[in-house]
Amino acid sequence: MIHSLFMINSAGDIFMEKHWKSVISRSVCDYFFEEQQKANSPEDVNPVISTPHHYLIHIYRENIYFVAVCTTEVPPLFVIEFLHRVVDTFTDYFGDGGESAIKDNYVIVYELLEEMLDNGFPLATESNILKELIKPPNILRTVVNTVTGSSNLADTLPTGQLSNVPWRRAGVKYTNNEAYFDVIEEIDAIIDKQGSTVFADIQGVIDCCVKLSGMPDLTLSFMNPRILDDVSFHPCVRFKRWEAERVLSFVPPDGNFRLISYHVGSQNMVAIPVYVKPNISFREGGGRFDVTVGPKQTMGKMVESVVITCAMPKVVLNMNLTPTQGTYTFDPVAKVLTWDVGKINPQKLPNLRGNISLQSGSPPPESNPAISVQFKIQQMAVSGLKVNRLDMYGEVSKSSPKKSFTFEKYKPFKGVKYLTKAGNFQVRT
Amino acid sequence: MTDSKYFTTTKKGEIFELKNELNSDKKEKKKEAVKKVIASMTVGKDVSALFPDVVNCMQTDNLELKKLVYLYLMNYAKSQPDMAIMAVNTFVKDCEDTNPLIRALAVRTMGCIRVDKITEYLCEPLRKCLKDEDPYVRKTAAVCVAKLHDINAQLVEDQGFLDQLRELLSDSNPMVVANAVAALSEISDTSPSPAAQMEMNQQTINKLLAALNECTEWGQIFILDALSNYVPKDDREAQSICERVTPRLAHSNAGVVLSAVKVLMKGMEYVGMESEFVTTLQKKLAPPLVTLLSSEPEVQYVALRNINLIVQKRPDILKHEMKVFFVKYNDPIYVKLEKLDIMIRLATQENIAQVLAELKEYATEVDVDFVRKSVRAIGRCAIKVEQAAERCVSTLLDLIQTKVNYVVQEAIVVIKDIFRKYPNKYESIISTLCENLESLDEPDARASMIWIVGEYAERIDNADELLESFLEGFHDESTQVQLQLLTAIVKLFLKKPTETQELVQQVLSLATQDSDNPDLRDRGYIYWRLLSTDPAAAKEVVLAEKPLISSETDRLEPTLLDELICYIASLASVYHKPPSAFVEGQALVVRKTQLPVRSASGEPGATGATESPVPQQAQPVQQQQSVIPSHDTAMGDLLGDLLSMDLNPPQQQMSMTPAPQQDMGGMDLLGGGLDSLLGGPSPVAGMPASQASMGGGLGDILGLGISSTTYVPPKQVWLPAPKAKGLEVSGTFSIRQNVRYMDLTLKNNAMAPMGDFAIQFNKNSFGLSPASALQVPSPLSPGQTADVTLPLGTNGPVQKMDPLMNLQVAMKNNIDVFYFSCLIPIHLLFTEDGQMDRKVFLATWKDIPDSNEVQKEIANPNQLDPKGISDKLQQSFIFTIAQRNVDGRDMLYQSLKLTNGIWVLAELKIQPRSPTMTLSLKTRALDVIPQVQQAYELIIANM
Repeated sequence: MIHSLFMINSAGDIFMEKHWKSVISRSVCDYFFEEQQKANSPEDVNPVISTPHHYLIHIYRENIYFVAVCTTEVPPLFVIEFLHRVVDTFTDYFGDGGESAIKDNYVIVYELLEEMLDNGFPLATESNILKELIKPPNILRTVVNTVTGSSNLADTLPTGQLSNVPWRRAGVKYTNNEAYFDVIEEIDAIIDKQGSTVFADIQGVIDCCVKLSGMPDLTLSFMNPRILDDVSFHPCVRFKRWEAERVLSFVPPDGNFRLISYHVGSQNMVAIPVYVKPNISFREGGGRFDVTVGPKQTMGKMVESVVITCAMPKVVLNMNLTPTQGTYTFDPVAKVLTWDVGKINPQKLPNLRGNISLQSGSPPPESNPAISVQFKIQQMAVSGLKVNRLDMYGEVSKSSPKKSFTFEKYKPFKGVKYLTKAGNFQVRT
Repeated sequence: MTDSKYFTTTKKGEIFELKNELNSDKKEKKKEAVKKVIASMTVGKDVSALFPDVVNCMQTDNLELKKLVYLYLMNYAKSQPDMAIMAVNTFVKDCEDTNPLIRALAVRTMGCIRVDKITEYLCEPLRKCLKDEDPYVRKTAAVCVAKLHDINAQLVEDQGFLDQLRELLSDSNPMVVANAVAALSEISDTSPSPAAQMEMNQQTINKLLAALNECTEWGQIFILDALSNYVPKDDREAQSICERVTPRLAHSNAGVVLSAVKVLMKGMEYVGMESEFVTTLQKKLAPPLVTLLSSEPEVQYVALRNINLIVQKRPDILKHEMKVFFVKYNDPIYVKLEKLDIMIRLATQENIAQVLAELKEYATEVDVDFVRKSVRAIGRCAIKVEQAAERCVSTLLDLIQTKVNYVVQEAIVVIKDIFRKYPNKYESIISTLCENLESLDEPDARASMIWIVGEYAERIDNADELLESFLEGFHDESTQVQLQLLTAIVKLFLKKPTETQELVQQVLSLATQDSDNPDLRDRGYIYWRLLSTDPAAAKEVVLAEKPLISSETDRLEPTLLDELICYIASLASVYHKPPSAFVEGQALVVRKTQLPVRSASGEPGATGATESPVPQQAQPVQQQQSVIPSHDTAMGDLLGDLLSMDLNPPQQQMSMTPAPQQDMGGMDLLGGGLDSLLGGPSPVAGMPASQASMGGGLGDILGLGISSTTYVPPKQVWLPAPKAKGLEVSGTFSIRQNVRYMDLTLKNNAMAPMGDFAIQFNKNSFGLSPASALQVPSPLSPGQTADVTLPLGTNGPVQKMDPLMNLQVAMKNNIDVFYFSCLIPIHLLFTEDGQMDRKVFLATWKDIPDSNEVQKEIANPNQLDPKGISDKLQQSFIFTIAQRNVDGRDMLYQSLKLTNGIWVLAELKIQPRSPTMTLSLKTRALDVIPQVQQAYELIIANM
């Protein structure tokens, strides 16, 4: 199981350590540093490192390496998933999981880590349970705390840990009941020089914001559930109902959560909403850069927030370009060109062109850089997935003194939003 | 207000100040002080000096303060054990609190205080908590058992906590079950004792499957891992487990998904191969595996390493998913390299065009390692998919045209392999290759190019010029290049003898006279002698047909692959090594599961009811299986012997006329070793039954068949297949007709036929050595088993081994040389002339000092009478000299002699109708006594 955790920042300082069993000397991190030296970039450090007595498994997020130390044979994915959950929790608590946030909230971080693992076994990782145990910091509470001398730590039992639905706490009450669903789809694609699709698939999620009193029981059905053949569910979804009727039936957690994530495979045709016409050439001492973006299969929707980034070869000194719309920047240290295009107007296609200057004396690069594209399209799910209806059952006002034990239909606000955006969308040039 | 303030101290005497604050009367100030202490602790400052002051703060109703003090305690209790005891009372009290949260917190923290002195105080509270009415407390207590086991395993076993833990497996609350499973599997991982092992039966499996649906994601991982260790009774059970596990594939936690994949992959092995069930299950496995590849890069990496195993075992699962393995330019390098590997494994005739286009794209990327591997991948595709070879070659040519140095070099290395796989097909491109001769600066590439020039010398007009140009800097080249150059020029000479005589003389003298490298010198001499004595033979040797190279070079050995499939989702699957190869403390446990059933007498004294007066030398039975590590220094001699085996050239028809030159001393290297190994037909192998009469006298008296006269222990696996690239060797020793044999069973578990078997023994305590060559029906085809007997002599070199009866063996086949060791049963070494004269016996008995007498109770399970025993023992050459009866007890006086002349005298006291008897042994060489005692027990118990 997980023995210890070290957090290492980009400067190579171990700024936090936590041991769930006996203390392991920080010198064990030397093996990690050794491996880190071999890597060309911070992301390239192999996540599973073996040393004579320990196994180091780490993730790299927010410019921090979270290095877990194990002494026995453990499932590495368990460790990796857990570490990601730790960072997610930090982000949830402090707004971001970066080094300064961790340092600013040292005691909470330590308390959180203590609650999340016991002797290397996961204890409480659900955000609602943790929040019951350890209150997240906010300005009001810190002020109150300093005045009254109370603390972030709750004195109550984490009731959720004992219930059959550990993801939901009991006794939730809202004056305005609401349930919102966001269907968000990301297109991962590789497009080749000629503009044809080498590979494309869709990663979709349904994120929910459910604020309902009591113990609601929801049913979500789709117009075309056949699209969803590769899905991962939040533990609250009843798998049997899905198998039998293709509807999502669940008692939702309170607040924001991810209901399902799904994957529409490369066997299906994926509509590519934008095209990029790149024309990049290098010669001795310089080169030409000319890129045009345009909409392709957008079903009449507007393509927004288009950003084009291109990691130029190391020998590029500077770029002198003119955009027809939006702004561009070239970072001469990281050699990254970023062009913030904005909306695409089909009548007047955005274009960026100009000259590239290379370091004098060095030969022109062998290959052209790949371009990665970001965009957003509102009110469209590119897979065609559509929510049919949402039904809610369950009691609302059990605790109301006047009509105790009466059951009442929810009358909440509900809504579904669709969004398509680029995931890992690459164009080879 | 943030916590960073705790890290800034401006004044000196920090500890002193904290001490004051901790002892403050104000609650608030106390808490702030404890917070400061914790903060210092987390950054590694030593604040253990404050231990008593912090512990004083523990008695509080404030939960937060309590927790903070607990945190501190866990960290420093070890360094202040005496102080930590002060805290015990508070824990015991907290364990009986009305609030289950406090109870759980107390039991949780208790286990984290890793102080031996405290552990015994914890047993009672822990026992109570394991039976607590609140599931939250029970599940916390379950983990506490694992903690306690880590500190003091014996205590946990003695106190019966393991049984209590096993009871929790059928708890009504799924989280309790999950934690119990996790705790048990951790305990059984680290503890070799059988009491700690988790037994799985149908009932527990059902409980686990029921809990699986309702527990947390982490609990699901533990339960799935435990399920994968269960061997289903029949295919129906396997099928039902699979069905109930399948829904886990749709979980959002990647760990759950991969552990479920493991259970299913193992389950499919137990369901019939062709069944429809397997086909549908395989279809269900693909989507979740693909989904893992869209997670974080670290998850992708682990998934890819596992997919690499899965596609080797069941290529059908992902055969349509090639595209998801295409590399994105911003993938981390470790993901890129793994994807590349899998792309090649999935490459088939149908998708090869796509794959090649991708690989070509990758070859223009920035990362040098990745580009090299991509180029190599193109070569591997050519070798794997014959129809695509031409396409691959033209792709490689395109890449060579780019003139990027490392691309060209890598391309030439793989083109060499393509030439070997498809001879006489693509030689037209040689001229293009030759254009790039100057740019090659890596030994691999240079050696490959030289090989190509030499191999196709007859088609390259200026081959001699090309090779000559390399010759100029001969001494600066690496050995690899030098050897290749030597061979290439000899090839050239054999093909175009007229023009290149000068060149060949030059290279031979460079290699033999000016080089310090023995490999190079020896090869030079061999060529020289060959060329000077028999050019025709030289041609046959040097230009011999080359064996084909296999299409997939880096596949895992099937036995290893099967083993690794059982370890999917674990570290072993990431390293592609079985856990025994890298997990500490695991080796012992794993080996035990592999050991075959041993004869009951394997544990000396286990049957004896009374205590033995003599301290028994516990036999390290497991040693029998241990494979000698190749770096063992004691193996030097054996390795020396084997060197001659390795030199055994494939061309046996090679004429070996004595060297005409005087300076040919090196040639003798080949001589001696070969003779003993290639020795003619064995004179003893398969001795005809007609000769039985020779040793028949004994057989007749005893009224036994000729098959076996002495006790023969059952065969044991000496060399397990995974350690020997698929060769499994099991064996035993026997004596038939006064000849000692090693009876071997060789099993070929690999995919390719095996041949060219040979065997050698290391020096051993009794000078055992093979009396003839090993006769194995060759080739031994895959799956085939061969029984072989190897007659043994006792005149080999002697060296005392530890343990005494250890025999280290090297076995060679066409694949490799393997080492293993086994224990010789001592009765193998008893000689038939071990009957001492009565008078001599008496004299010797008196002569040997009493201090050399060792007494031991041995079992007589069949309660044989003296006659039966002495008959039995005589079959194994333990001779009864005299017999007398004292006070109703029979005394047998016996003698035996070992092959190296050691005499052992024995007195056996037999009490009628008693399951034990007393054996007194007297000998001058005390070392053999434990073995002789064991031999007595074995023989008496087994015949």
